[in-house]
Amino acid sequence: MSGFGNAFSSSIGKKFIMGITGLFLILFLIVHCGINALIFINDGGLTFNVGAHFMATNWIIRAGEIVLFIGLLAHIFQALRLTLQNQKARPVKYAVNDGKANSKWYSRSMGLLGTLLLIFLVVHLKDFWVVSRFTGIPTVDANGHEDLYAVMKEKFQDPVRVIVYVLAMFSLCYHLLHGFASAFQTLGWNHSKYNGIIKGAGVWYSVIISILFAAMPIAVYFGLIQ
Amino acid sequence: MSTGNMNLTLKVWRQKNNNAKGALVDYKLADISPDMSFLEMFDVLNEQLINKGEEPVVFDHDCREGICGMCSMFINGRPHGPKDLVTTCQLHMRSFKDGDTIVVEPWRAAAFPVVKDLTVDRSAFDRVIAAGGFISVNTGNAQDANNLPIPKMQADAAFEAAACIGCGACVATCKNASAMLFVSAKISQLALLPQGQPERYRRVQSMVAQMDAEGFGNCTNTGACEAECPKGISLENIARMNRDFASAKFISEETV
Repeated sequence: MSGFGNAFSSSIGKKFIMGITGLFLILFLIVHCGINALIFINDGGLTFNVGAHFMATNWIIRAGEIVLFIGLLAHIFQALRLTLQNQKARPVKYAVNDGKANSKWYSRSMGLLGTLLLIFLVVHLKDFWVVSRFTGIPTVDANGHEDLYAVMKEKFQDPVRVIVYVLAMFSLCYHLLHGFASAFQTLGWNHSKYNGIIKGAGVWYSVIISILFAAMPIAVYFGLIQ
Repeated sequence: MSTGNMNLTLKVWRQKNNNAKGALVDYKLADISPDMSFLEMFDVLNEQLINKGEEPVVFDHDCREGICGMCSMFINGRPHGPKDLVTTCQLHMRSFKDGDTIVVEPWRAAAFPVVKDLTVDRSAFDRVIAAGGFISVNTGNAQDANNLPIPKMQADAAFEAAACIGCGACVATCKNASAMLFVSAKISQLALLPQGQPERYRRVQSMVAQMDAEGFGNCTNTGACEAECPKGISLENIARMNRDFASAKFISEETV
């Protein structure tokens, strides 16, 4: 990539990667949340299983899954790299630093929130992704599709797992609250006519996605859906 | 200088030189006037230290009018203290209460090494400016200013960016010691005006490269810099710099 020089090794270039992968993961969450929300149709997971079957078998989706993992790893790797550099930029810490006077706690805690999400993600992938891709879904539903919904119902009988999932969604919410608008700012998409829309959309997106995701284990555990 | 009735405990960072290990040292001050500026309070402290035969506290200051950008104290966890939109020299003791303990530290950043006590070396900023924060103009008669019409909005935005006094509060308060607000203001004040256009994309690349070379951290958009800036420099400048940087790297055919 001769003409591009050191575009991606500079501080701004590294942040571009954070912003682009972040927005990509934000788009992914819409798809993920949308398909999972099919359980709220309350038909014993039949529609949800159709969605899950499509996601598991369509080759475009499977190719997209590889891109998703690359995007996720790039986001994590770049975050680690930037964090290490940022720590080196201030070798001697302040005795007193009043961060809350000038910034939101979650904007200063993206690394911590991201780490919590990564730990959650390992648990989450083991719970569902490994089962549907590798170890196999044990039963089929009335339509003959793999019954991923049955797996979900079984996993969310465990109250500890439900609590872990719900707490993780708090991390997700705050991570997104900062990340959404931050990605636009980083990419230079700042415009007095659109800034309000971006900020507002970021808050709505973060809250709705997190509540919907958190509602799933809660609804299953308390038997609010079939 | 008027005397007053405030009694204060100061915890001041004392460090002999860049290689020495520093520490916070306690000083008791009595009869401080609430009308004194923060620096005048330090003058009182230094007079007392000199009278006792001790080393006075070294701190940067120059105009004491809030426009030169020299004063640089990190007061109770905030650059230039608790007030918004003021420099340390324009901060008055009435912003504190009798009996307060005030912690005063130098700017903390790898790119701003401590020279002595509260004075840090901010020449990294000078090198960023030298890398491209200028316009190249041939000598000769200045042309009529009306030959370069500039929309009012554009002129105002450039002026607001140009209000940056280069004090380094943005770096000091940023959790990553990033200099993006400073650098973006210095890029924007030229990028917004016609005179800055010929070197616009060369400038953003050179100045960002120098910023990185100086060892400043990377921006995480917490907005602390904007909140603490004594001149109210806007985060919009950082977005503009990022946009110009992307244009320079991915669209401009000129390479630096």
